[in-house]
Amino acid sequence: MTDLVLELSDVRYKWPGRGAFSLAVPRLCVSQGETVLLLGESGSGKSTLLSLICGTVLPDQGDLHVAGCSLKGLSGAARDRFRAEQIGVIFQQFNLLPFGTVSDNILLPLRFAPRRRKRAGNAGAAAEKLCSDLGLPPGLGRTKANTLSVGQQQRVAVARALIGQPPLIIADEPTSALDANSQAAFMDLLFQQVAHYGTSLLMVSHDARLGDRFDRVVHMDEIAQVERAAA
Amino acid sequence: MIMRLALASLLARALTVAMTILAIALSVALFLGVEKVRTGAKASFADTISGTDLIVGARSGSVQLLLYSVFRIGNATNNVTWESYQDIAARPDVDWIVPISLGDSHRQFRVMGTTRAFFEHYKYRQGRSLDVSAGDIPDDLFDAAIGADVAATLSYEIDDPIIVAHGLASFTEHKDQPFRVSGILEKTGTPVDRTVIVSLEAIEAIHVDWQGGAQKPGQPTPVEAIRAMDLTPRAITAALIGVESPLQTFALQRAINEYPQEPLLAILPGVALQELWGIVGIAETALLAVSAMVVITALIGMMATIFSSLSERRREMAIFRAMGARPVTILALLVLEAMVMAAVGALLGLALLYIGLMVAQPLADSAFGLWLPIEAPTLREFQVLITVVFAGAIVSLVPALRAYRMSVADGMMVRT
Repeated sequence: MTDLVLELSDVRYKWPGRGAFSLAVPRLCVSQGETVLLLGESGSGKSTLLSLICGTVLPDQGDLHVAGCSLKGLSGAARDRFRAEQIGVIFQQFNLLPFGTVSDNILLPLRFAPRRRKRAGNAGAAAEKLCSDLGLPPGLGRTKANTLSVGQQQRVAVARALIGQPPLIIADEPTSALDANSQAAFMDLLFQQVAHYGTSLLMVSHDARLGDRFDRVVHMDEIAQVERAAA
Repeated sequence: MIMRLALASLLARALTVAMTILAIALSVALFLGVEKVRTGAKASFADTISGTDLIVGARSGSVQLLLYSVFRIGNATNNVTWESYQDIAARPDVDWIVPISLGDSHRQFRVMGTTRAFFEHYKYRQGRSLDVSAGDIPDDLFDAAIGADVAATLSYEIDDPIIVAHGLASFTEHKDQPFRVSGILEKTGTPVDRTVIVSLEAIEAIHVDWQGGAQKPGQPTPVEAIRAMDLTPRAITAALIGVESPLQTFALQRAINEYPQEPLLAILPGVALQELWGIVGIAETALLAVSAMVVITALIGMMATIFSSLSERRREMAIFRAMGARPVTILALLVLEAMVMAAVGALLGLALLYIGLMVAQPLADSAFGLWLPIEAPTLREFQVLITVVFAGAIVSLVPALRAYRMSVADGMMVRT
């Protein structure tokens, strides 16, 4: 069991107010180094599930372990800190602070995670290495993030998720803003890096064609029950 | 790094941020400017009389005595007899005494009879003496020294004749005894600028043919005859006194106030000024309150700017949250931004104040006799600046708390 990076058992959550949307996940596991694609249509509870995993909301019932640590007993501030230490997050788009430099953006999670900062060693050098591994042009560190192309921005987001080697990367449809060619290139780079660092990857998408690359494909409606009370 | 990101975020919104800062800067400059004018006016008032330990007049209110003897505002209710004056002058603790006789006017300016000692002992603005810019200090019985404003307003030059009117705003004139402008005094920024100064004897001389406020019928006494007369005045309006040692001031004041032959009043100019400020203080406070209100308005403007930026910055906050920032960090970030804006605004306001002072200083001095000193910011001004920064922080708490609640509710997901 210790090699499980993510483990949800009998988790139930209901949003306060707001159309009484509720989600129940009996069981979901991700092992260390495993890549998992979570397929689901919009409204299937993907966002809620990610919020639960990242600890911005607490389950009403059941327990959730990330990297062997239960989120149940942690305070809000401790969960924020825990998220900074253990999870790298990649959004669909607009991942970066537009006014910050590339290096500021990559180093941002380390600011909230002292242990992860220590793991990163020389953070500036680590950021540069990640950038070059991800095929970003050298000397990009001082550039403002909003001057990059969308493809470059997504790669910077990957560098940010990977820096300090968190055990789990959560990616929320990271390719949806990219065209088909860049999509493939992006996925190649992402998988290369994830494999290199032995990080687990949980990617959420509605695009089943991505499935071949992953160790495992999980359908949202297989693992979760969604209830929506008539508003 | 958070500080750097906050600054970068502000720079990214340069235009709105600049407007906000400008509003704060202008309001701070206004507030500090009002404060400067206030203290400058106060100092100018205080500078009107310097080096005089006591002012003696007929018993009335101390503010009233100060106003009519020094500022030429209002009138004396009664006079001091020449005997009392001499009694006081003869006291050993009196170093010098300058009699003042008021009551007549020339056009809109007051005429003051005094002795040459006035030019020696009357000091303004930390011990500066009166001096003539043209001509000489009056010497002859019918010589007059005029203040700078009198000369400027009536475009008088040396040797011009002056006819003194009896009383104030009066149509009866002492036209039988014209005066000659012997000297024009330098600009002082005090009521002396608006005064015609003649000798004490001259005041007697022009009233030789008068009795009970009206001219005696018949031929006027010839000037030569007047010159031959004993022109010792029967009464004066007030007197300025310098004491031998400051320690004797209170004893002398008490002695004069208890003078048995005549009800007299001796005041310390500084104390009377304080009393005067107590009265004027309400208007002063009102002015200050209005400018404080302007500062508050500017800060509320900043609050509105932050509020309106929140919705477009939801994404930014979600990124911070996803990276592990606590909602408190988001709150702190917004408060920090507001403090930076307020601090830059406050410092810019200070700079504007100094630019304004440099422009306004000569104008205010020549137009109003108001001297606005340009000097290093006082502790009080620094307190004002720091207060503005912290007020900015407090005001920004309103949108910051909203951002806090938003970032708790949104987490790292932004529903668009």
